Amino acid sequence: MTYLLGILQTIGVHTLLGLSAYLLLLTGQLSLAQVGFFAIGAYVSGILTVIFSWNIFAALALGSLMAGFFAFLVGFPALRVKGLMLVVATISFSEIVRLFFFNLSWRVNVNGVEVGPDSTQGFREIRYFAANGWEQIHIVGLIWFVVMVVMLALWWLDQVRAGAVLRAVGTDELAAQSSGINLTMVKVAAMTGGGVIAGIGGGLFAHSTTYVDHHTFVILLATFAVSYPIIGGLRSVIGTLLAVIFIQGFIIEGLRFMGDYRNLIFGLLIILVMNMRPQGLLDGHLVADIRKLLSKLTKGGKADA
Amino acid sequence: MLEVRNLVKHFGGVRAVDGLDFKIQQGEVFGLIGPNGSGKSTTVNLVCGVFAPTDGEILLDGIDLGAIAPHNRVDAGVARTFQNIRLFSELTVWQNLWVAWRDQPGQEQGWVSNWFGRSPARRQEIQKLLEFSGLGDKADHLAGNLAFGEQRRLELARAMASKPKLILLDEPAAGMNSAEIKDLCQRVLAMKEMGMTVLLVEHVMELVMNVTDRITVLNFGKPIAQGTPIEIQNNKLVQEAYFGSAENAHGGVS
Repeated sequence: MTYLLGILQTIGVHTLLGLSAYLLLLTGQLSLAQVGFFAIGAYVSGILTVIFSWNIFAALALGSLMAGFFAFLVGFPALRVKGLMLVVATISFSEIVRLFFFNLSWRVNVNGVEVGPDSTQGFREIRYFAANGWEQIHIVGLIWFVVMVVMLALWWLDQVRAGAVLRAVGTDELAAQSSGINLTMVKVAAMTGGGVIAGIGGGLFAHSTTYVDHHTFVILLATFAVSYPIIGGLRSVIGTLLAVIFIQGFIIEGLRFMGDYRNLIFGLLIILVMNMRPQGLLDGHLVADIRKLLSKLTKGGKADA
Repeated sequence: MLEVRNLVKHFGGVRAVDGLDFKIQQGEVFGLIGPNGSGKSTTVNLVCGVFAPTDGEILLDGIDLGAIAPHNRVDAGVARTFQNIRLFSELTVWQNLWVAWRDQPGQEQGWVSNWFGRSPARRQEIQKLLEFSGLGDKADHLAGNLAFGEQRRLELARAMASKPKLILLDEPAAGMNSAEIKDLCQRVLAMKEMGMTVLLVEHVMELVMNVTDRITVLNFGKPIAQGTPIEIQNNKLVQEAYFGSAENAHGGVS
């Protein structure tokens, strides 16, 4: 049971990472900065609960807002460049964040115990949940509640004009600009939203594992973040969730006996998807087919009854 | 309403536009024609801000467009179509118009409902424009799945969705058959009747000669003639630019 809850915890946190990359990918921008925002959310909210004894919800909120704020600041210079240059710029940002926390030492005496980030030793004792009587099932519940809220918000975004504008920018920037869309504003807004989502994911991650250090926030995690929506497709947020379940649940957990060879499979999978289904596994046609099938099934069921 | 003064655009050593002057009157359909590479499309791209001019001025109702960011030129009243169709192919037909939509002056919705609302009234307005464009029954189709002629009509509708004062048509008849060209003639004349001013860049003379009020002819980035369609048809310089000079034709190789 604990094992299963642990996997659910991982899948939930990674889904938030994937959704943060999904939002920016809608505008056609591939960013590896998501892990930087994730780290900011993790450290800021951890510092708030551990050193300042904040309530978890307030700490998560401020952590994700801080991540969003940095996404906003980074967005302006970073989104002036495109493609490969954007990848390089966002990798640099994530590395700067990682190295900042690698060097951050902020030890404080709280109730007779030294706590806080301890540079190379990492940030231990993020024990809000244990100290306040939360059980693992509650933590998993909180994570999945946040995942559902974010997925609903992104689904809703596709129902209003803002969502159409994001996709328009992702399809054809010149045509969008000629239709009166401020490209920079739209991309920075998506980057900020992505930062907020990654930040809250980071806060949940830090508190559910009770321990973070700079090894957690390497670029590999950022490549995972962008690969989920790429593999799942940009047609719907469900695709990202399915991709996380497939990769974390099946490739990483299910094939655990294969050890580090799993990373080879992961790499192979991305290459295969990019070559064979560049629109992702769950594209518009497949969604339409599934809808048809579902409506057939429900109609068939009614006829039988 | 649109005044272009001594417009110059160099790409490295190439003088794509080299001292162009013209004035378009309110409510006029103005043609810009010339052989391939004479600077027509570059002129369109300069007016809507894809390129910054090397020199010269572009004024819309006396306002210098050079000081306005490209995306804000739509609010200033300039919209365009592209030579090679550029739709939001992943969006539905009506969403393509939704992205470019501007409400009638005086009836603008607030910032929040503009971006995050789904006003049925606006959807109805969009449907009206789709009906006008002969796409009324295709509203929920993906734009990328439309037939060629329909895609051209949708692009035109998207340009009209921003309620422009001036609309720039960059070779709208390219690839069309003669029935589609006749239909396009009607549409351009209907837009004129609705009070829009049109700058038409085109090779297809059937369209140009039937809908324009005045024409400027470009060659090597410079204007070589200006006048009504009839005057242009009889202009010697224009005939030479398109077909070569009479002496050369008869002289042959000496």
